[in-house]
Amino acid sequence: MNKVSMTVNGKAVSGEVEGRTLLSSFLRDDINLTGTHVGCDTSQCGACVVHVDGEAVKSCTMLAAEADGAEVKTIEGMANADGSLSVIQQAFQDHHGLQCGFCTPGMVMSAAALLKENPQPSEQEVRTYLEGNICRCTGYHNIVKAIMAASGQDVSVIAAE
Amino acid sequence: MYNFEFEKPGSVADAVAALGAEDAQALGGGQTLIPTLKQRLNQPSKLVSLSGIADMKGVSASGGMITIGGATTHATVAAEASAYPALAATAAHIGDPAVRNRGTIGGSLANNDPAACYPAALLGSGGSVKTDNRDIDADEYFQGMFSTALEEGEIITGVTFNIPEKANYQKFVQPASRFALVGVFVAKHADGVRVAITGASEDGVFRWSEAETALSSNFSAAALDGISVSADGMITDLHGTGAYRAHLLGILTKRAVAAAA
Ligand code: FES
Ligand code: FES
Repeated sequence: MNKVSMTVNGKAVSGEVEGRTLLSSFLRDDINLTGTHVGCDTSQCGACVVHVDGEAVKSCTMLAAEADGAEVKTIEGMANADGSLSVIQQAFQDHHGLQCGFCTPGMVMSAAALLKENPQPSEQEVRTYLEGNICRCTGYHNIVKAIMAASGQDVSVIAAE
Repeated sequence: MYNFEFEKPGSVADAVAALGAEDAQALGGGQTLIPTLKQRLNQPSKLVSLSGIADMKGVSASGGMITIGGATTHATVAAEASAYPALAATAAHIGDPAVRNRGTIGGSLANNDPAACYPAALLGSGGSVKTDNRDIDADEYFQGMFSTALEEGEIITGVTFNIPEKANYQKFVQPASRFALVGVFVAKHADGVRVAITGASEDGVFRWSEAETALSSNFSAAALDGISVSADGMITDLHGTGAYRAHLLGILTKRAVAAAA
């Protein structure tokens, strides 16, 4: 067993994990943050994306022991301090960027990572950045729209609904 | 996944020592190894993470060469290899953004997947793989699908690429895996052209010598007219036949020559 300590959404957490324990399992099963979803467990779908030391990673493809000492941020840490939705989350709601919501935690975390490195992405840049996030419901248009809107851009001209 | 011990040493020497344990294996970014372990295709007793070794990270360029630490992520290469733009562009199209934040150049080259991008970049550029105890020339390093000159327990500490006058990588993406269905790296050096092909051959990455000869005397897409590769020995799978891949690599080589900068 390995002892791990990390900061998750600003709070110090620690635990004991096996070598093989995935970061996604640690978050969901050990510290009960089930907002991070596991859609495929094969690194394809991106539902499990969280930030580790500020970078988007697929938590189903990182060992929990590798995150020892890291700052982790999950979808549970995205809302504003007063509990209201963050700009990106609100934009997903306003633009119907989700239907079943399964992919949404990963979409929001990927969107946040994108907007940090590229605050005003073009539509094409958003679509390209989301290549590792799969959504089986929306057809992506409204997700792209929500992310463009969250970046403060006019989305009235963006494709099909 | 079967269980294993986990160790994260802070130096190359400690990593080499940890890898001395029976059935221990090095862990780069895990973007291939972890999925492999999930399928129980492999059962190491211990994984030795290389991600805590500061000496194995970073990008530096001098004297017509660029050296990347073995534990450097694709995202870092994409952002920092400005001395070799074709290499930065290659790194920027591996996998997806989250994969690029974890996956490392050393991990990719140690695995030598027959459809990976870095093997084509290294073999096309020419250069060497630096390990904990020697330098291996790029032309000696790749020994067939998933097979390399590395010994058991040997660690890639760095990778050096010769920076050519012009280069370009063309990747025809297999959209489900985001690997190359076929990828072609063309590099025009002062002393000749190198063309490396990934994703196509059952022997893994290879140099297309006929194209190299033609391009060395005339660096233009037209120089490739009438030259082709036989479909024998090309990979056939549900994504494409060997004949399709053989055709595609010719097209991509022309595109790479036209786009080389
Ligand atoms: S659950 Fe991690 S990528 Fe799908
Ligand atoms: S909203 Fe259902 S998978 Fe994306």
